[in-house]
Amino acid sequence: MTALLEVEDLRVSYGKIEAVKGISFTVNQGEVTTLIGTNGAGKTTTLRTLSGLLRPTAGKITFDGQPLNTVPAHKIVALGLAHSPEGRHIFPRMSIEENLLLGAFLRRDPVGITEDVERAYTLFPILGERRKQAAGTLSGGEQQMLAMGRALMSRPKLLMLDEPSMGLSPLMMQKIMATIIELKSTGTTILLVEQNAQAALSLSDQGYVMETGRVVLTGTGTDLLHDESVRKAYLGED
Amino acid sequence: MNQLPQQLANGLILGALYGLVAIGYTMVYGIVQLINFAHGEIFMVGGFGALTAFLALPGGTTLWIAIPLMLVAGILVSVLVAIGAERFAYRPLRTAPRLAPLITAIGLSIALQQLVFSFYPDAKKARVFPQIPGSPFNIAGMTIQRSDLFLIVAAPVCMLALGWFVTKTRSGRAMQATSQDPDTAKLMGIDTDRIIVMAFAIGAAFAAVAAVAYGLRTGQIDWHMGFVLGLKAFTAAVLGGIGNIYGAMLGGLVLGLAEGLATAYIQHVPGMQLFGGGAWKDVWAFVLLIVVLLVRPQGLLGERVADRA
Repeated sequence: MTALLEVEDLRVSYGKIEAVKGISFTVNQGEVTTLIGTNGAGKTTTLRTLSGLLRPTAGKITFDGQPLNTVPAHKIVALGLAHSPEGRHIFPRMSIEENLLLGAFLRRDPVGITEDVERAYTLFPILGERRKQAAGTLSGGEQQMLAMGRALMSRPKLLMLDEPSMGLSPLMMQKIMATIIELKSTGTTILLVEQNAQAALSLSDQGYVMETGRVVLTGTGTDLLHDESVRKAYLGED
Repeated sequence: MNQLPQQLANGLILGALYGLVAIGYTMVYGIVQLINFAHGEIFMVGGFGALTAFLALPGGTTLWIAIPLMLVAGILVSVLVAIGAERFAYRPLRTAPRLAPLITAIGLSIALQQLVFSFYPDAKKARVFPQIPGSPFNIAGMTIQRSDLFLIVAAPVCMLALGWFVTKTRSGRAMQATSQDPDTAKLMGIDTDRIIVMAFAIGAAFAAVAAVAYGLRTGQIDWHMGFVLGLKAFTAAVLGGIGNIYGAMLGGLVLGLAEGLATAYIQHVPGMQLFGGGAWKDVWAFVLLIVVLLVRPQGLLGERVADRA
């Protein structure tokens, strides 16, 4: 297994409040790695730091052999790290197609971009049917598809998905999870953050359980799914 | 004599001037949510830049050559001042509470006025600005000064160019993305700092074009000309829906028309004799703003944006 992303003793603070208190984890090439944990565990903070929107106060981030700590956010996507943020954050007053094209903002290969837009429409047919529609008018699930499709438009080496199932109907959630499995089968490396631990762990190779800024438990997805403390804390069993 | 056509023409010309300056307020606000109160002074220094170029040309230079050179000089000065203000006054405060950059803008506005007042030769009184000579045109009951031809051509050209830039170019799309969601724009690989500089620069260039138009129209410029005009242009931007470039131009035109019509007609309304004429036009402009905002708080073309309180 080659590590695509290595995080060592990462610390991130908002002013005086430390949200991430020295976490370490690894994302292997071709695998799905999941961070689970409750609200405030520091999962979203971790992803925002990886994509450069926040700066670490300490620790080391190595992506594809290169240190990321001081790379500005707008240069990170060029290195192959795409981030589909929590709350989807599509550009509401632009069309679906314009949103997808912004995902390919740094690419200079029009032919490849057109192919990838069509690929996104194949992955999510509903987006293709509404390509000229303003993204702000889409349902939550459709916006999530758009956010994922947009992140894929940069042809990332690593796709980071933050809470892709948040606020979605069970049916839509299944669809999103099925898409993640599909992306994995085509070799995409994924770092997933989820509150829906059951769904996330069952499709993950590696899992990390975070609590108040620390990693408290590590294992394969299957191990964690069967771990007693995880079942109690995150899967609603007693 | 029916003075309606003339008042419409005056209103539209004045309104186009407001609109050009309003673009600068609206673009900067749309991207960094800053009301750049120094924008009126960006307009003013553009006028002085253009005047400097004119004075440097040999006497008797035809205006066909002089005006383009004045434009270039005015745009250069306005853009440099605006970029400097962004880099050294506003950028360090980007994450500060919103009141901080606002106060900075007011301070910058006063500083720029005083710099021109104190250091530009003979700027303590108004300086004469060239005009386009020749008798005015008479069309369909309207008298149009030759100097206003510049604005009549420049305003639509600027608007069309901006519309094309924002919708058709890569940088324009990056600008739209940055105004809708700056953090996510960064995730797309957009250098948002560069986009912010670009917004300041475009607004400043338009203000400089407006300053040349203003100088040609009034025949003079002075160190405090940016104050009232800036306030009116800001009003136009809010009236049209701040953040919307077409709204800024529409707001400017509506405001200009309202002033023109109020100047001419309010005094004929029974009981309103005292409130007409040029002295009251600014009051009517703001009455219009208040009425529009009561009915449509987001402005004429503004959108209700729930996520941007």
